[in-house]
Amino acid sequence: MYIYDEYDKTIVNERVDQFRDQTRRFLAGELSEDEYRPLRLMNGLYLQRYAPMLRVAIPYGLLSSNQLRMLGYIANKYDKNYGHFSTRQNIQYNWPRLETVPDILADLATVEMHAIQTSGNCIRNVTSDQFAGISVDEIEDPRPYCEIIRQWSTFHPEFSYLPRKFKIAVSGAENDRAAVQVHDIGIYIVKNEQGETGFKILVGGGLGRLPHIGVVIKKFLEKRYLLSYLESILRVYNMFGRRDNIHKARIKILVKAIGADKFAEMVEEEWSHVKETSLLLDEKEITRVKKYFAQPEYDPQANNDETFQKNLSENKAYSLWVKQNVKNHKIPGYRAVYISLKAPGNPPGDATNEQMQLVADLAEKYSFDEIRVTHDQNLVLGHVKQEDLYSVWEELKSEELATPNIGLMTDMICCPGLDFCALANAGSIPIANQINKYFDDMDYLHDIGELQIKMSGCMNACGHHHVGHIGILGVDKKGNEFYQLTLGGTAAMDATLGDRLGPAIPKSDVADSIKKILDAYVEHREDGEQFLDTYRRIGMDTFKKSVYAEQKGK
Amino acid sequence: MRVIKDNAIHEDNWVLISEPSQDDELPGGDLIVPFDYWKENQAICKQRDDKTAVCINGDNNIAELADHLDQFQLIALEFPAHKDGRCYSHARLLRDRYGYAGDIRAIGDVLRDQLFYMKRCGISSFAIREDKDFEDALKSLKDFSVTYQGASDENLPLYKTR
Repeated sequence: MYIYDEYDKTIVNERVDQFRDQTRRFLAGELSEDEYRPLRLMNGLYLQRYAPMLRVAIPYGLLSSNQLRMLGYIANKYDKNYGHFSTRQNIQYNWPRLETVPDILADLATVEMHAIQTSGNCIRNVTSDQFAGISVDEIEDPRPYCEIIRQWSTFHPEFSYLPRKFKIAVSGAENDRAAVQVHDIGIYIVKNEQGETGFKILVGGGLGRLPHIGVVIKKFLEKRYLLSYLESILRVYNMFGRRDNIHKARIKILVKAIGADKFAEMVEEEWSHVKETSLLLDEKEITRVKKYFAQPEYDPQANNDETFQKNLSENKAYSLWVKQNVKNHKIPGYRAVYISLKAPGNPPGDATNEQMQLVADLAEKYSFDEIRVTHDQNLVLGHVKQEDLYSVWEELKSEELATPNIGLMTDMICCPGLDFCALANAGSIPIANQINKYFDDMDYLHDIGELQIKMSGCMNACGHHHVGHIGILGVDKKGNEFYQLTLGGTAAMDATLGDRLGPAIPKSDVADSIKKILDAYVEHREDGEQFLDTYRRIGMDTFKKSVYAEQKGK
Repeated sequence: MRVIKDNAIHEDNWVLISEPSQDDELPGGDLIVPFDYWKENQAICKQRDDKTAVCINGDNNIAELADHLDQFQLIALEFPAHKDGRCYSHARLLRDRYGYAGDIRAIGDVLRDQLFYMKRCGISSFAIREDKDFEDALKSLKDFSVTYQGASDENLPLYKTR
């Protein structure tokens, strides 16, 4: 992974000093709340329903063991002993005291971490594929480009007061595990006809109140033009994005208003001026950054292990976990291990200090000192030898981190909701609990198979509900929590926004309604067909009838 | 007008005329007039004995000024609110694309914590909001000693020096 040199360290340390002074001035009354707000936001600090919330950046979801240990330490020292991993592969602390935030940042800086641009109307943490560098379907490792974009966008002087927040995701594989098409800029690494790799660029994707799937404005961008092209997009957006209405300020609204072709034309015009300037990306720089993401030294004997098959056949619980939570690795004899942060009763994405310390230790012992955070709020150990899987499983169990539910319906994406967030209209975590209690039969969950439930407590859509196979949106109806369901969404390569099922459902009926949806699925599915495919084949009506039939009869 | 310029606090003679009346003559002295006024009254502006500068806001099309830059010793960029970032792009275009070498002045809701970015985008003088401490604001120009990306102040990205 990327290692800071003196320059990076200086920047982060100077940032700590700068923010310490900004906070001091705010507390001394020299800065008004209005003036302090954008400053604290650009440092990931929100003033929430009950306490401040601090969001710490985990660039493209990659952590070292020591960094994760520090995240656990911070949870313990400054918060209530846990942190919440977010859909942007970051971590959020829900209970720090404002006065201590500069100290937290100073602690983070000691392990090359920060909270820079984790909020605010600026370029946010670049996200990527949790299987970068290890998956069998990869065209090229996206992480060096993520790091190059991170450096270019950090404290970008021109793009720190954009009309609205700006999110970039990069994927280098055939399957999209990074929800690329619902980002302000989505980047796929692709091959052209000559077999060279470059970038396909999408703009205007995003969720929130007005969800959009991104549109392609550049089919193939040569690598050396990455930064000049991004700078051109950002400049057009900075100049012409709406600033009069916060709900219409994202780039997707601009792209929609003037049309993708016109937008692309404006970017091309801008680009024609800057493409051959110092924004040209040196091949040397790409090579330099790539070295940080070189393959670790895999054991060439790893595939000779015989215990793996034996353990599988001897232990049913273990084999279930392997089936659901362990994924293939491009190197024979190695596997990628999902660590589920979705144990029943656990708020999705939350991890305690003890859990973080255990995962850090496991990564050090078994996975080249490296942990990945996924956008669906789990962790991954990227390179575990087959022969070590059993030990890893046993250790994970000790901290309730081995629930075999990755990709199943209880592996929900869930925002913090009304329990924490000042924006929320309704609770999310209580619905996750309700679903977990209702669907507690593991055999049933495995029979239902792959099913992504994504849940947001308000239309800002932090829980990505538009792209859930089943999406759940919390709404407020005259002071009561109701939930609007959508079906058929996905953020994968065939990204689609979900369709509205019908009128919102009272809080108490959410799990029951999901059961009715699944009853319809079970009745109509054909051999081996997953929920999303059945929905696409038979359409909404069947599901709608299944959920609302009774209510109509009343 | 009291400004920060060249790392010091200066008082100069520029006066901002926010809404010049179209009928009246402009007063004497060095004036900063709105871009729209200047467009309509270029002849009047040229004939003045004192200096005239133009004030651009985010809505204006900076390209319209490109052929006239020689006549201005100063171009003001208006930040109606500190979170309106359009003039950062205007500043960069003026410096990097149109090669403007005169003074670019930030006016309006200009606060300490934006100065470092403004300076990097080529803004050279800062009319800090009058209720703020100018001495204090001066310090912020030194917030960072290292920057990653090229901009109008330092064209080359950091990686070229690594």
